[in-house]
Amino acid sequence: MADSKALYQEVILDHNKKPRNYGAVEAPTHRAEGHNPLCGDHLTLTLKVEADKLDTIAFTGESCAICKASASMMTAAVKGKAREEAETLIQEFRDMATGALDYAHQPHHLGRLTVFAGVRDLPTRVKCAILPWHTLHAALNSVASTSTEAEDDPMHAPIGDA
Amino acid sequence: MNDIAKALTPNPSPDGQRGTSSGSGPAATSGKLNVERIRADFPILKSKVAGKPLVYLDNAASSQMPQPVIDRLVRYQISEHANIHRGVHHLSEVATGAYEEARRKLQRFINAREEREMIFTSGTTDAINLVMHGYGRKFIGKDDEIILTTLEHHSNIVPWQMLAEEKGAKIRVVPINDAGELFIDDYAKLFNERTKFVGVMHVSNALGTINPVKHMIDFAHARGVPVLVDGAQAAPHLPVDVQALDCDFYAFSGHKLCGPTGIGILYGKAAILERMQPFKGGGDMILSVTFEKTTYNTIPHKFEAGTPPIAAAIGLGAAVDYLSTVGMDKIAAHEIDLLNYATEQVNAMPGLRIIGTAEKKAAVLSFAIAGVHPHDVGTLLNQDGIAIRTGHHCAQPVMQRFKVPATSRASFAFYNTMAEVDALVAGIRNVQKVFA
Repeated sequence: MADSKALYQEVILDHNKKPRNYGAVEAPTHRAEGHNPLCGDHLTLTLKVEADKLDTIAFTGESCAICKASASMMTAAVKGKAREEAETLIQEFRDMATGALDYAHQPHHLGRLTVFAGVRDLPTRVKCAILPWHTLHAALNSVASTSTEAEDDPMHAPIGDA
Repeated sequence: MNDIAKALTPNPSPDGQRGTSSGSGPAATSGKLNVERIRADFPILKSKVAGKPLVYLDNAASSQMPQPVIDRLVRYQISEHANIHRGVHHLSEVATGAYEEARRKLQRFINAREEREMIFTSGTTDAINLVMHGYGRKFIGKDDEIILTTLEHHSNIVPWQMLAEEKGAKIRVVPINDAGELFIDDYAKLFNERTKFVGVMHVSNALGTINPVKHMIDFAHARGVPVLVDGAQAAPHLPVDVQALDCDFYAFSGHKLCGPTGIGILYGKAAILERMQPFKGGGDMILSVTFEKTTYNTIPHKFEAGTPPIAAAIGLGAAVDYLSTVGMDKIAAHEIDLLNYATEQVNAMPGLRIIGTAEKKAAVLSFAIAGVHPHDVGTLLNQDGIAIRTGHHCAQPVMQRFKVPATSRASFAFYNTMAEVDALVAGIRNVQKVFA
């Protein structure tokens, strides 16, 4: 079992305390709400996509530290990226969190986002880390709201084909 | 502060069944509980989690099993197992005898008048669903009203909503105050000529509130309304006497009572059970079957279709023997000592809020730490070997009432110690330090 204290590292605690891109984008082109009914985590994501690039992105919400830090670091990571690059990150983050990606040995673009790798050993917390990514995927694919428990879970749909 | 004696139903059982039913178990003591000796009976309490001694404070979700219950399950499986109520062969008779003996042990445990009033179910949820299908679908109709409380577990809400939707009945809800206590005046006001049923939990799983069920039952009965008591959180922590309560139904689960999962009890007054329709059809619940007509078996068998979890029922019988040997009065007293000590400690900590401050409480401590989500609390405490429950506790209306998405909940059992409360408090301090 991994040490989940390692999960509550400075960088995660810092993003929880001072979340980046917290708020709402004016006149967003895309918007989605993410909800995890099992723990009550809830977040709203707004973004402006121009010329297939994520120009601005912001979030608000009520959630645990893992979810909030994940949202904060996600917005920082995808801001300015091409839509396709964002979808790649979504897939890679999800694979890392569920253990499908061996981030230490396989190639990826996650960079500092690997601080969340520890959630793979905490099955009940994986959804906390994934929810913002899940919601971003929904927003990019024009799904207005999503839930970690939804039957039409957009994360189960093929990624990046929208 | 939490004067449990005031809240308890007095146990007038004159026959001395309580506390002596299985002779002198290792935990039997004359005065206070000998907690260290009791702990020696629970193998799992010797475990380590994350390299630390396990501090198990999630007893309201499920309690642990003592060695005598484990031994009983093993003995049954090694030397007594066969299907029951069928075979004329030796093992079937042994298994049937043990199963029915377990029913009598449970009857004594809650002081039911007759053993046929004790129905084995898969647990509290199954028991409540049985009442909804067996009683509700037969006797509750359009525009009839069912009274529930804000405190109810989803298992005592959802079945009634399903019934209300099917029949066009209405659900009325007793509100709670800021301490998590029912507004009893409002309860009285909810009654009218359409009131057909009351469902109320004895002890709140989310807050620990002990509800004044005796008073509520008397009030309902004066208006001819039957009452179901969800005893899932009461049976493990208080002496329960269904005759003194005079409830029509009482439901509880085995696995919260140091017994196995997959087994529970629905107590129902014989006269009412006899008028009810069966819930599940199948073998064992019939007297005769032809394609023209089926005659149902007598109670309790009418409600026990199919092969029951025989081993689990026998294990639950052994579990209530164990608890009776320890003594439910002593269990309640020790748990209240734990709760009072923990409440005092937590109240003294800045940034902590206890959710559920009823005057009469059982051993549940729900709390919120300012600025920290309960799931982060749970994950960090787990790293100290401390098991608590975080979430909505299947009581979302309670969470909505207190405007929180979730709480952190420590729930105590008689095998917990003051030192474990200290470990919890130290763990909470660490959480606050991490999030400082």
